[in-house]
Amino acid sequence: MALDQSFVGRTYPPTTPYEVGREKIREFAEAVGDANPAYVDQEAAKALGHPDVIAPPTFVFAITFKAAGQVVEDPQLGLDYSRVVHGDQKFAYTRPVRAGDRLSVTSTIEAIKSLAGNDILDIRGEVHDESGEHVVTAWTKLVSRAPEEA
Amino acid sequence: MTAKIAYDEVEVGTELPAQSFPVTRATLVRYAGASGDFNPIHWNEKFAREVGLPDVIAHGMFTMAEAIRVVTDWAGDPAAVVEYGVRFTKPVIVPNDETGARVEVSAKVAAKLDDHQVRVDLTATSDGQKVLGMSRAVVKLA
Repeated sequence: MALDQSFVGRTYPPTTPYEVGREKIREFAEAVGDANPAYVDQEAAKALGHPDVIAPPTFVFAITFKAAGQVVEDPQLGLDYSRVVHGDQKFAYTRPVRAGDRLSVTSTIEAIKSLAGNDILDIRGEVHDESGEHVVTAWTKLVSRAPEEA
Repeated sequence: MTAKIAYDEVEVGTELPAQSFPVTRATLVRYAGASGDFNPIHWNEKFAREVGLPDVIAHGMFTMAEAIRVVTDWAGDPAAVVEYGVRFTKPVIVPNDETGARVEVSAKVAAKLDDHQVRVDLTATSDGQKVLGMSRAVVKLA
């Protein structure tokens, strides 16, 4: 069943701030096997001009995807999440995410398309820090695959 | 923000050092914990097969995280990456053995942009299949 086009442009309330911890960044960097010292060593990060350790480029997805849950689980939208796959992902950074950030995400439905029975949902997440400054925008394309013919 | 590569020293076609990344089931369990994505298709073979997959597959976001390391290792400062986008074209299938799978990543400078920025196009394959499409980063160089 095609999703309701009237949801295009809908913006959800900003999420409760997520506090970025040094150890969480370290855990993520270790999980992706990335030994860049800017992720774990404050002095190394400072040598690059950062006030504290920074997060790898894709770290923020954990925060924006959780925020996108507001959209995905909106009962009025009615997306069949059990059939959803991740189609595209893009980030545009004003600055890197760093330890100590308190990040809030505002999610907007940018587009809804139906192609060969697949529902395609584009969600934009605008990430701001506690002072209201923009940190990164994340675009997530989710594809809810058409059910197989019975 | 101090990339170690100078804008004036790269030209269109400059190749970044390619890298090959191992992915085992243990890698995926660790990534699930670190990222909070506990979808069982990334660790439970029985579940993966029930939903029509050939085996456990890597998180697309894990592959995306590996691929950009070719750029961040080259640039020196990960903050040099100002834009990064990919399309997930094929899953990385991770067998339940010691070696698992590998993701091979290469990249080259595709365009020189204004403001000391370049566009880098990435290619990521696993088991001969292209796993990321339209994989591009905009990188601010020194």
